[in-house]
Parts: sequence; C-alpha cells; structure tokens
Amino acid sequence: MYDRSAKLAATGVVIEYWLHRSKTLFTAIKGVDLTVRPGEFLAIVGPSGCGKTTFLNAVDGLLPIADGSLTLDGREITKPGPDRAMVFQQPGLLPWRTVLGNVIFGVEAQGSMSKSEAVTRARHQIELVGLNGFEDAYPLELSGGMQQRVNLARALLTDPEMLLLDEPFAALDAQTREMMQLELLKIWSQTRKTALFITHDIKEAIYLSDRVIVFTRRPGRVKNELEIKLSRPRDLRVKRDPQFLTYEDEIWESIQEELAVPAERLMKGVPAA
Amino acid sequence: MSIKDSLDLRGTAVPVTSRESDAPREKRSVVQPSRIKLYEPLILGTLSVVLALTAWQLVANARIYSILFLPGPWDVAQAFVKLFQTDDIWLDIGTSGTEMGIGYGMAIVVGLVIGLLMGWYTRFQFALDPFVNFFYSTPRIVLIPLFILWWGIEMQPKIAVIFLGALFPIIINTMAGVRNTEAALLRVARSFGASDALIFRRVVLPGSVPFILTGFRLGIGHALTGVVVAELIAAKHGVGQLIAISSQTFQTPKMLAGVVLIACTGMLLTAILQRIENRFQSWRPQIR
Repeated sequence: MYDRSAKLAATGVVIEYWLHRSKTLFTAIKGVDLTVRPGEFLAIVGPSGCGKTTFLNAVDGLLPIADGSLTLDGREITKPGPDRAMVFQQPGLLPWRTVLGNVIFGVEAQGSMSKSEAVTRARHQIELVGLNGFEDAYPLELSGGMQQRVNLARALLTDPEMLLLDEPFAALDAQTREMMQLELLKIWSQTRKTALFITHDIKEAIYLSDRVIVFTRRPGRVKNELEIKLSRPRDLRVKRDPQFLTYEDEIWESIQEELAVPAERLMKGVPAA
Repeated sequence: MSIKDSLDLRGTAVPVTSRESDAPREKRSVVQPSRIKLYEPLILGTLSVVLALTAWQLVANARIYSILFLPGPWDVAQAFVKLFQTDDIWLDIGTSGTEMGIGYGMAIVVGLVIGLLMGWYTRFQFALDPFVNFFYSTPRIVLIPLFILWWGIEMQPKIAVIFLGALFPIIINTMAGVRNTEAALLRVARSFGASDALIFRRVVLPGSVPFILTGFRLGIGHALTGVVVAELIAAKHGVGQLIAISSQTFQTPKMLAGVVLIACTGMLLTAILQRIENRFQSWRPQIR
C-alpha cells in the first residue's frame, strides 16, 4: 500500500517529555506510523494538543524520540540537517536584520553557501515569494503575512529535500491565509519538494495536500488517512467542490470523535503525579 | 467634515467638492512633522531650565542668605570661568579623567566578558552569583577606607572604586541580555543546524546589545559617584578633591562650579552612549 521508496518513514514513534514542574513523564506521541512519499504534500491534522507539532519537531531533529524509528531516505534522524527545513508558526525573524539578511540566515547557519552566492540566490527567492522591493525592510515593518513569506523564503533558500511547515498560516487573518495557501501551492508546484504540513485547519489541509492524516487526541497516533484526489493546479474555488466538502465532512467527523471523549478518558494520557 | 455632511438626507450623494464646508483641508504630512513639533523637546527643555535659573538668581539676589550659603547661578558661572583660568584645574581634570578612564574602561571589558559568560554558561552563573549579589547590594564606596589602607591616597583606590562601581551594573545587564534571547530565535537557529559559536555571534550577541549598552550607561553614574566620593575622602588632586577643598575653605561658588563640571561630564557621557544605543536600534520602528 505504501510506496517502497518512502521519503520519510515513521514506525512506532514515541515521544516523551519530562515535566519538571509535576515531575512526571508526559507522552506526547505514542506509536505513530506513517510514510511520506517523494514529492508528496502531506498534511497532518488533529485536535489541539494532540502532539502534531511535537512530531514535526522530531522530524526536524529538534526533539529526540523515545522509541520507534524515524528515517529520511532510509537514514535515521538524530539532529537537524540540511536535508530538512522548517517553516515555523512564529516567523522567528532576527529583528535587527533586513528581509535579505533574514532570508540568508538559514544557509548562513548551515554554512553551505558563500555569502555572495547566498545573497544572489536570496534575491531570487524573495522574488519567488513575492517580496521584491522589501529586501531592505526590517521585520517589524512588515505585516504578519509578509513575515511568513520571509520565513518561507528562508527555508526554501536552503534547498531542502523536505519542507516542514508548522501551522505557518495559523496566526494570519482569514483573507491573508487564503492568499498564502494559494501562493504556497504555486511555489510548491514549481519545486515539487516533499512537504509535511501541520495544521488544525481542515480546509487548509485538504486544499494543499495529496494526502491528509488525522491524529488522535493526546497521546497522538494516526487515526485516519485520506487520499485527496482533487486535480492540480487548484485554485481557491476547489474549496466549494462537492468532493472537497465530502473530504471535509469525513475529516471533521474523525476529529469530532476525538473531541467528544469524556474528561476522565482524556486524563488517562497523563500518568498520575 | 463628517460623513453626514456629504450625504443628502434623501440618500442621494452630493458631490463633496461643491460643498461650502469643504474648504481646503489643512495639509499635514505624515512623513515630516512640523518644525515646532520637531524642536518641541528642545524648546520646552531650554525654557524650563532658563525659568529655574532665573528663579534661583532672584532668590539669591534677595540675599536672604549670604553668598556662602546660597550663591546665585551668576556667581557659580563666574567661579566656573575663574576655575579655568588657573592651571590647577587641568591637573584636577586630568587626574579624575585618568582614574575614570582606567576604572571604567576596565569595568567595560571585564564586565562584558563576565556578563556574557554568566549568561551563556549556567554553571558559570551559579558559581559567580553569590559574589555578584554581594557586591551589587553593597554600596562599593564603603570599601574606600580599605583601599586607602592598601594603596594610600594615590589613584589606585579611586580606580578600584570606579571599577567596582561600574562593573556590576554592566555584568547584570549583559547577563540579562543573553538570558533574554528569544526562545523562538534559538529554535530557528538550531533547526538550521547553527553551531553554538554562530548562535552566540549572530543571535545572542546582537540581541543583547541594547541590554549591554544600558549596563554601560548605568555604569557611568556609578563610576562618577565612585570618583567623586573617593576623592572627597582623601586625594591629592581631582575634581572631587577640588569640591572638598572649596567647601572646607568656604568657597561655595567654586564648589558648585566643580559640581557643575561633574554633572556636565555625566550628561555628556550618557548622551554619547544614548547616541550609540540609538544607532543599534535603527531597526526598531519609531514609537511616534
């Protein structure tokens, strides 16, 4: 059923935190199995607090996994690497650097490119995300949507094998969010990078993805999986397509089951103090 | 004009331009505020100072108190000019300036290094915290008698007091700057595989600059206190010594001239640092 040559493969991934305050072990993710195919756009949705961002951080190599295996092109993920680049929920831009300076920060941190090459390519990347003319602006002078474009350009400039996106549009207003989704698809269709997209927005997940995975409530596992067979390129009208609405209903129902769980069962995920 | 003015009551729009009330609006540029607005702080500041000096002069002129107790600003100004007609003043300024330069310079270098280390390495902070807390909560000038015992009344005790005075605000602010690095920025840097050295140079250090400069600025106040108080207690030369001697010989205008000299130095140094701070903050949008 899965593509043999999976880009990213997770088997039985468990992620645990030690909570200093209550001195308890907290299980955020408990046995996630999933694969992302090369060139695929995969979205993970789930109820709030289900550990989807935690999972993405582990894929990025920022968090260790307690059990299972997590491989990219067959290699175990242990730390951040140039083969992955993250687009963060909070833009995380250096306020004292211009747009250009922030876009090159990723490659600068990796040390993978000379400064002059980085600047040349960054200018092209800035154009690609539609920020031409703003190269010398400071982040605090930009709107939220523009800051996220910088965030995206910074990740794209590192030319990763896989793009990780952590609810990048969650903090934007509804109109800007829709525009950014459209632009993201446009950029993605030009590069066709494997993408793993985390969101709590069901419409967003369907609109962008080839496949949507639904997580259970915490501790998160894969609950459901849905192939999105809407033709590309997709414009925003796709969101009113009957097929789109069927997907939306199915995912929403799946998530609702996770929300409608009695409180005492919710608490089971957390070991007693 | 209000929205209502531009609408006919029956709902048909009336061309706005034909209205009498639509006199050309006062043009106000968003980019450049008017001249008066621009110089307002300067004008008001000068005005209030002039007012205060006049009031002081009037009270002094009334001579309710003798010149010994309350000289007027004019007396002080005259004393100030006279002060600079002698050669002694340059020896005093030179001495205090040297003490200040060495003590404060050392405090900047040492404070910056220790502050950065304490901010970056938690263990370093744990080890040094007791000392920093002890010295920061003690007025360092109480150590002057000890330093005089060690080094006599030459420059060394003053340098030591200035150094200790400026050191701790610099350490504490620098440390706070490093500690205040935004977690989100660190996460981004880590995600892109940045080395610790790169994180320190490109994220932590630039982010700490405003804190560090605030530490420098606070340090100046402490350093000036140190130089004056140390010289008041015992010295051969120096502006503090000048103040002490003038006071003991009932030359109140001269004493106040010395005070003005110290105050001007402090204001000048602070202004210079404020300038530097502003330079580093050019990325911050203007508040007004």
